[in-house]
Amino acid sequence: MNIQLEQGMLLAAVLFLTGLTGLLVRRNIIFMLMSVEVMLNAAGLAFIVAGSAWGKADGQVMFIFILTMAAAEVAVGLALIIQMFAKFKSADTNRANTMNG
Amino acid sequence: MGSMKEFLWLIVALPFAGSLILVIAGKKLPRLACAFVGVGSVSLSAIVTLLVCISFLRGNPGGTPYVESIWQWMNVDGLSPDIAFHLDAVSLAFIFVVTFVGALIHLYSAQFMWKDEGFARFFIYMNLFVGFMLTLVLADNMLLLYLGWEGVGLCSFLLIGFWYGDPANGYAARKAFIVTRVGDFAMTIGLFVLFINFHTLNIQAILTAAPTTWAVGSGIALTTALLLLGGALGKSAQLPLQTWLPDAMAGPSPVSALIHSATMVTAGVYLIARTHVLFELAPVAQTTVAIIGAITLLVAGLAALNQHDIKRVLAYSTISQIGYMFLALGVGAWSAAIFHFMIHAFFKALLFLGAGVVIWSLDEEHNMFKMGGLWKKLPVTFWTFLIGAASLSALPLITAGFYSKDKILWLSYASDKGSVWLWLAGLAGAFLTALYAFRMVLLTFFGDVKKEPSQRPGLMMTIPLIVLSILSIIGGFIELPGDMGHFTMFSDFIEKTLPATLVNISGHYTELLFQLISGLVAVAGIGTAYVFYYNKAFPAAEPQRNAVQNFFYKGWDFDLLYDTLIVRPVVFLAQMDKNDVIDRFYNGLASLALWFNKLLSATQNGMVRRYAIVLAIGAIITLTIILYL
Repeated sequence: MNIQLEQGMLLAAVLFLTGLTGLLVRRNIIFMLMSVEVMLNAAGLAFIVAGSAWGKADGQVMFIFILTMAAAEVAVGLALIIQMFAKFKSADTNRANTMNG
Repeated sequence: MGSMKEFLWLIVALPFAGSLILVIAGKKLPRLACAFVGVGSVSLSAIVTLLVCISFLRGNPGGTPYVESIWQWMNVDGLSPDIAFHLDAVSLAFIFVVTFVGALIHLYSAQFMWKDEGFARFFIYMNLFVGFMLTLVLADNMLLLYLGWEGVGLCSFLLIGFWYGDPANGYAARKAFIVTRVGDFAMTIGLFVLFINFHTLNIQAILTAAPTTWAVGSGIALTTALLLLGGALGKSAQLPLQTWLPDAMAGPSPVSALIHSATMVTAGVYLIARTHVLFELAPVAQTTVAIIGAITLLVAGLAALNQHDIKRVLAYSTISQIGYMFLALGVGAWSAAIFHFMIHAFFKALLFLGAGVVIWSLDEEHNMFKMGGLWKKLPVTFWTFLIGAASLSALPLITAGFYSKDKILWLSYASDKGSVWLWLAGLAGAFLTALYAFRMVLLTFFGDVKKEPSQRPGLMMTIPLIVLSILSIIGGFIELPGDMGHFTMFSDFIEKTLPATLVNISGHYTELLFQLISGLVAVAGIGTAYVFYYNKAFPAAEPQRNAVQNFFYKGWDFDLLYDTLIVRPVVFLAQMDKNDVIDRFYNGLASLALWFNKLLSATQNGMVRRYAIVLAIGAIITLTIILYL
């Protein structure tokens, strides 16, 4: 089966915008983290599609990188969420605004 | 031993090393260790001085100078001064006094300052001072001399303001620094003139080249000599830059003994003796030196007579005695000036240390009218102080001060540049000196006991007193006048470096007559003091003064004069000039920065989602620019 480059890129763009919208409209930090994951995967999809369109392995290599980075990011992010919850008793990011100038 | 003089650099390096050790470890070391480092470094330096001296004199009857070059300091467009030390008769006399008197004063300080919080800090400054002073007198070029010159000025500033808790002490320190700076400024210009004319700052090279380049009495020689004299006047507290020295007594007494009487304030004498060729090329400048010396010794003598603070008496006395040295330099009596410098260092350090004991044991009491009857309470201090005062008054035949001062008085008349007026001024000064010296002794040690000493000096304080009092007696016997044995060891030694004095008048009878007069004058001064001050019941307070006495007490109102003429106009102008155009520009710059700061900190609102929106908008704008522009 041969997927067109444009179709794949369109899907990646839709996914990225979904994630970005989620990041901007949600206040709950866990949902924001999930939205970031969606955006990361959208970027990964774009790499895969581009790699397969040009018949090169580079896109897949980049996707492995993104996967690894996402795992690390989630580990740190979840730890930060636990800390934030312990301190502010809430997952609302608007409450965690004590570091203002 | 033959190569011992190669350790010349060690004499300078040891005090600096002591200072460095105390800077690094002074806070952690116990007091005893601090004292050990502080006193030990200068004492070691004194021992090395002795060894170097023996090595220098052995098989060197002509006194050929020994120059030790350590490294080249810099080499910029023809200016290539070395870090090099020049040892000859004059610098040897100076390093002897600096290290030996310095070591004795350090030993004394170890007990004097024992209870002070800044014990380690005190020895840091003192060691640093000794290092810079040795640099000054050993330097073989003007730039290194200037480094030492400014270094001792810095240490003087730090030590006058040692007890910085009292703002008055800080004021005195700043005054000393700024007033000497006026002279240093003239000296700096003098160095520029020397470099422009000779393309070197090496002292010996300048002294060799000057007589062939400049004519006697030429304008350039006069200018240079007067500029250097300016530096010497500031450092040696001579008219008109003498106002800082009495206030410098705010520092601890050992500081006054070491810096403000024995060593640093005589740096001006050293400078003039060192550059004597330039002064001989400018007879007007040399006469100026003599006249300034003569006037200063009278002005300071009268001021000393009207003080009630024992240390201020000694401060004015120092100014007056350095006036004698300047008088000697001015009439070309080079070796007499160096001789009086050495003897003065002995007896004046002794007097300051003795005054320090009195002040220390009476809980910081400075007023002589509140003292009295101490001769039974502090016997060692009394006897040594008496010897010091006798030496200062030039008591004939037995004291060293007589031999050194008499030589100056005789030569101020007999030398080819001398005159009867200079001699009369010196003679009047000698009377004043004997009078104020014994006024001080009689007020402090005789009469009713007005205050009991709360503590007695230990051996560490009395040993330096005893050694210095012995030196104040026997120091004079290395140089006897022509009619009394004509023993000229010291002047023979100094005249290996400096020219001999040209004497116009010959005949021992004239000299004997002059000695008789100066001896009688000294005894008359002591007698006058005895009549007016022995066992008189003075009230224990500041004495009543009439207008004339008050004028002398305030040091001839020089402070008032400078305040009106210089300080107040400058302060007024500074206040006027506070908000001028240039200040507005820089103030505007500051408020602009403040405004930007407020703007940017408003964006830092702590809302993570806003940051994300800004990031997204920024990314869109960047992409748009990349894709469509």
